[in-house]
Amino acid sequence: MNAPRAVVDKRLTNALALGAIWICALTTVAFLGSLLLYIVVNGVRELTPAFIFTWPHGVNMEGGIWPTIQSTMYVTVLAMAIVTPVAVLAAVYLAEYAVQGRLVRTIRFAADSLASVPSIVMGLFGMALFVEGMGLQFSALSGALALSFLMLPIIMRTTEEAIRAVPKYIRWGSYGLGASKWQTVSRIVLPAASPRILTGLLLAMGRAAGETAVVIYTMGTMIYAPVSPLDPGRTMPVHVMLMAMEGINLKAAYGTALLLVLMVLAFNLTARYIVRRNRRMQG
Amino acid sequence: MSETLAEHLSGVPVGHDQPDKFHVRDLEFYYGDFHALTGITVGIQRHAVTAFIGPSGCGKSTFLRTLNRMNDLIPGTRVEGNVLLDGQDVYAAGIDPVDLRRRVGMIFQQPNPFPMSIYENVAYGPKLHGVKKKADLDEVVEKSLTRANLWKEVKDILPRGGLTLSGGQQQRLCIARVLAVEPEVLLMDEPCSAIDPTSVQKVEDLMAELKDRITIVIVTHNMQQAARVSDFTAFFLQEKVGEAAELIEFDRTASLFTSPKDRRTEDYITGRFG
Repeated sequence: MNAPRAVVDKRLTNALALGAIWICALTTVAFLGSLLLYIVVNGVRELTPAFIFTWPHGVNMEGGIWPTIQSTMYVTVLAMAIVTPVAVLAAVYLAEYAVQGRLVRTIRFAADSLASVPSIVMGLFGMALFVEGMGLQFSALSGALALSFLMLPIIMRTTEEAIRAVPKYIRWGSYGLGASKWQTVSRIVLPAASPRILTGLLLAMGRAAGETAVVIYTMGTMIYAPVSPLDPGRTMPVHVMLMAMEGINLKAAYGTALLLVLMVLAFNLTARYIVRRNRRMQG
Repeated sequence: MSETLAEHLSGVPVGHDQPDKFHVRDLEFYYGDFHALTGITVGIQRHAVTAFIGPSGCGKSTFLRTLNRMNDLIPGTRVEGNVLLDGQDVYAAGIDPVDLRRRVGMIFQQPNPFPMSIYENVAYGPKLHGVKKKADLDEVVEKSLTRANLWKEVKDILPRGGLTLSGGQQQRLCIARVLAVEPEVLLMDEPCSAIDPTSVQKVEDLMAELKDRITIVIVTHNMQQAARVSDFTAFFLQEKVGEAAELIEFDRTASLFTSPKDRRTEDYITGRFG
């Protein structure tokens, strides 16, 4: 009946939708861009070798942030060492062994729920369980254990996806040679899935390195370079928070924040690189 | 040797001059509620090539996979009847499918090298079964690649990834990989349908060489190939969609292709359907 108007409407709505999509996409990019720019502008002058590699002096008014970098690395690597075997084996169970059904759905739902627990709650729980309950005090170990809860669902789900992405016919090849299930999983499936598993590990590491609420309640705030897992420490995000909140040294906060962003970015870029290189090799 | 065996067999009733390698009796196969195969009774002659032919969906691949229990890997599958390997029922309690599959190796339609080096691909099976010494592995790798007619092409690039080879080379690598565990039977599920014609020729030549020592069963949708490579042929057919497929006719390849006894076999091989 009124076909001509319909055509105009179609074009108009199409243009509007396209415009809206463009604006939203641009906003995302602009937001990330301005955030990075802001951090860089405020922090870049602080990023000197002396700032990175020396200890702070006085009431942290001056000096560097070296022990916070050490604390961050220490707790992140420790958490990684604790959570990786658990998360990967859990994923192997879910993807390869478990009868797909109600139990598996429940486990997956639990993992997803764990991923959405606010990190401050995770921190409080970690404090109650590890710091007080198990008597581990404010320590790198308490921090790492609490962080593992945060990382567990990320690593578990990415590993599960990675395992499922290994083509069936490659497994058949192994079974066809008289390999047992575990031989197939450990010698064929996990190595084939390893680039994508590694990607998940790196993303989880980035997440852990940047985490504040969990570690502040479990590892504490003491400026210290941990040697034993039972030593306390102050990670970079905690340092940023305290420097900024107490207004002691805003410059140091921006410098630390910039370095932290760069580190997490490095994790993410490495993860991307691994995925791409792998895709090329298989492509 | 293969010719003399074939000559020796001519005129003898199918599979009765010596005990069959496989003897299958009244086999029924189900995917969940779907009844896929019914009433399959057939003998697989040792040291010969047996071809399974039939239109797509006729259950020939499904039947092939019942012989080494690969169907066990698909949830919800069920088997009734007997599959005897050298007189022993492979579905009997106490039979470990893992051991069975070492004796009854399998080649798939899609070449499926593992994402590792050519050398490691071939050494994988022997390593699974306990061979550890480098010298022993070197020997079995060379021997298997030689038997698979691939050694000359890859002997200088053994550390290279198996996936860097051409499709046809990959398929021969997979054959070498199976030969390395010295199976008694080789099941080949449309091994040539994803590779180039030159490689097809090589794989077919290979079958003729291997059957001296190994019993070969090949599923193919290519009737010329079945006629070229096999000593015996089994024709499978699912007459109506949703019905269980049956073994329509089994005979020496020469007889089945020149004077089929069943009307449906004749229709199929003369190209009236499928």
